[in-house]
Order: sequence, then structure tokens, then C-alpha cells
Amino acid sequence: MSGQRWSVEVDREACIGSGMCAGSAPAFFELVDGRSRPLRAEVDADDEVLGVAESCPVEAILVRDVATGAQLAPEE
Amino acid sequence: MTEATTDGQPLPYPFGDGRQIDLEQRYAELRDTPGLVKVQLPYGRDCWLATRYEDARTVLGDPRFSRAAAVGPDVPRPNPEQPGDGGILMLDPPEHTRIRGVASRAFTARRVEEMRERTRALVERLVDEMVGHGAPADLVAHVALPLPVLVICEMLGVPFADRDDFQRWSSAFLSTTLLPPETVVEYGGALRDYMSELVEQRRAEPADDLISAMLRASDEQGRITRDELVTLAIGILVAGHETTATQLPNFVYVLDRERDQWDLLRERPDLVPRAVEELVRWVPLGVSSAFPRYAKEDVEVGGVLVRAGEPVLAAIGSANRDERVFPDADRVDVLRESNPHIGFGHGPHHCLGAQLARMELQEGLRALVTRLPDLRVAVADDELDWKSGMFVRGFRELPVTW
Repeated sequence: MSGQRWSVEVDREACIGSGMCAGSAPAFFELVDGRSRPLRAEVDADDEVLGVAESCPVEAILVRDVATGAQLAPEE
Repeated sequence: MTEATTDGQPLPYPFGDGRQIDLEQRYAELRDTPGLVKVQLPYGRDCWLATRYEDARTVLGDPRFSRAAAVGPDVPRPNPEQPGDGGILMLDPPEHTRIRGVASRAFTARRVEEMRERTRALVERLVDEMVGHGAPADLVAHVALPLPVLVICEMLGVPFADRDDFQRWSSAFLSTTLLPPETVVEYGGALRDYMSELVEQRRAEPADDLISAMLRASDEQGRITRDELVTLAIGILVAGHETTATQLPNFVYVLDRERDQWDLLRERPDLVPRAVEELVRWVPLGVSSAFPRYAKEDVEVGGVLVRAGEPVLAAIGSANRDERVFPDADRVDVLRESNPHIGFGHGPHHCLGAQLARMELQEGLRALVTRLPDLRVAVADDELDWKSGMFVRGFRELPVTW
């Protein structure tokens, strides 16, 4: 994955504010007004981001490969 | 920086034995007292208790607090046994994320929605069978327990026929003082042997179930070890039935007491999802706050400096009654719109099965209000059969008529 860039989005309508992502990966997510928001829209590829995206109970975290546009999470 | 204890002595905790549905009155006083309070549980060292919503959320969600540090004989707890291999509830990220991720895709809102129709048909059948039995009937045995047990058995791939055994063994994980320590060890071991064998069976013969899916993550992707898998499967089986089985009768009891709210649901079953959120907020499921978080560094919570290495408990039932967040918080209001309760926890350990529990509780409650609109609790308050010596509050049996 080295060298890859990923885009990270949170669907704030779908987000239920479980705090799963912000509590597990505080380097990438924060809660604002009770809902999650990515700290940066684009990050270096990192398993931690994929892990919490897969763990989001409402699949509100969308991770894509910037170069190819491929959706990495949630699983389609 | 103040302490809520007047004489510096920790308050004995929990504040009651849980043989009541109402939250113990003490929490309301503590929410209005500046700072945090020190409490002393039956076992382990003294501990901070966070009773306000914001403070509880900080303790549960702030990465400066650790669950993995909660090991050893000093851990504050209501049961004599030292915390053992509690699986994902005893891990911090990133290990926690790695292991939980193996199962979490099965519990997303999308996956759970695919199970709704089958669950609805299942509840209908259980209600039919209870009606066939005739009133009065025990709501726990007829509907509330078989519903989540059947669902989690099918999902995981555990034979429903084995329910008497695994339900008995599960009590090892649910007991505070109900079972003697040697029985806790015996049952815990029996459940582990049972699940290990089941996992080996699935390895030889994969099926379309969660154990087989987790095995693929273990064998093909190397994401978790076999031991971690067995622990995770046990956690899902145990947590997957006891809470829903306890909450549905609690909901019926509360709605029977607040009859105008039941009548509202009878007229408007479309309010059931909102009612479930409100009841998850209102019913204090835990008898005692449990699973303390340890500060990894000095952290200020509610005006108190929690020192590195000190444990804090989040009082979820109390946080959900905080007037700062929930106007008229002690009232059950199925019309309540804004309801950011933390009944399923908050942060990394937010309930893995929350969406599944919601769906089961919605379908259970919907079936009861539509099929049995005159449902009533059949015994007086002083005849209620409360669970005792367990982590959760609720009824062993709840006789109902209709």
C-alpha cells in the first residue's frame, strides 16, 4: 500500500455518533456536534482507517483509492 | 477541582441491588454535585464514578482512557473473580479494531436490515405460540428469550438445540454473585470447549454463517488467531441474547406502568423505533456500572483531575437521565425526537450488536402492540420475579395477560 493515497469521507446524515471511529483512530477522525468528521480528506494509505471504516455500525465512512477511485470501504 | 464525597470516604457502590426498574435516586444528586465521586465496589480498589452525560462520554470515548489496563486483583468490580480473557471488551485500539473488524461487517445496519423480515416472521410465530398456550403466560420464556437466541444461533451457526447447555454456561459471564467462583470457572471452561469444537466442525465443513466467515478471516487472511476467534464467538453468543431477552420484558413492564405511552404505540405502531430508542435510554439495564477505564495520562473529567493509572466508571444509566441533554429526562416519552442516548455505550466499545438489538427490540415490540393490544403485566409489583446477582436488571419471569 505504500505510496497510495486514500480519500476519507463521513456521511454525517448516516452517522449515529457512536464514537467508534474517533475513539479508535483519533489521528483520523473527530466528533463535532456529536457526529464524526475526518480530520483530513486525504491520507496516506493506513490499515487503521480501513479497520474503523469496516467497524462503523452504519457504514458511514467511505474510503477510496485516490488514483483509481476504487471503493475500499465499506465493502460493496 | 472538587470531590463530591463530603468526608473523603468513597461511597459504597452499587447504590442498590437492581430489584427495581427505576434508576437509583442517588445518581440524580450526584449529577448535580460538582466534580466526580469516589466509589468503592465490592471487590478491587476505589474508583471514580462519572454520572453526567458529557463526563460519561469522555470516559467511554476518549483514547486517553484504556480498557486493556484494567487487569489484576485491584480492578474495581462487583464479582469476586479477577477479569479474565474478556475478549474485545478488554482490548484497546488498534488490537481491538483488528479483532472486532472480523465480525463487525455482519452487524452493520445494512446486514441487519436483511434479517428483519425473517425476524418478524419468527416473532409472529412466538406470539402465536404464546397465545396458543393461553393467559397468563411468561413473556420471557415464550417470546423475549427465544427471539434473540434463535436469531444469534442462526447468524453465528450455533445449533438452537444446544440452547439449554449454552444458556446455562453463559451465566458464568453474566453473574456477579449468582454463581460461586468455582462454577464460573467450570461453566466458562465448558462454553469454551463447546465453542472450540463448533469452530473445528466449521473448519472441516464451512457453512453460510458467521463462524465460517470468521474462520476465513483467520485462516486465509491471518487477521486473528484461533483462540481470539473462539473468544469472539463466545462473546457474540453470550452478549447476543441476554441483553435483548432482558430488555424486551423491561420495556413491556415500563409501558404497562406508563399506560398512555403503550396506548400511543397501539394507535401508532410507526412510533415503535422511536419508542425503542427512548426505552433503551430510560431503562438502566446495568445494576452496577461496570468495565472501568484507566487513565493513561492525567485527564480532567467533570472538573476533577483523574491521575494516570486511576480507574473511572461511566454510569450510563445516569448519563441517559441528564437534564442537560434530555429535557424532562425521568419521563418516558415515546415521542422524544432528539435522543443521543448512550444506552449502547460510546467510543471503541460501542455495542457491536447495537443494530441487531434495535431490530430485534423493534420487531418484538411491534408484534406485541399490534397483535396483543391489551397486553398487561399479570402480577402485582411485590410479586415480580427479579433477577439477582447478575450484571443486568430485569425479570427471570414476567407473567402477562392479553
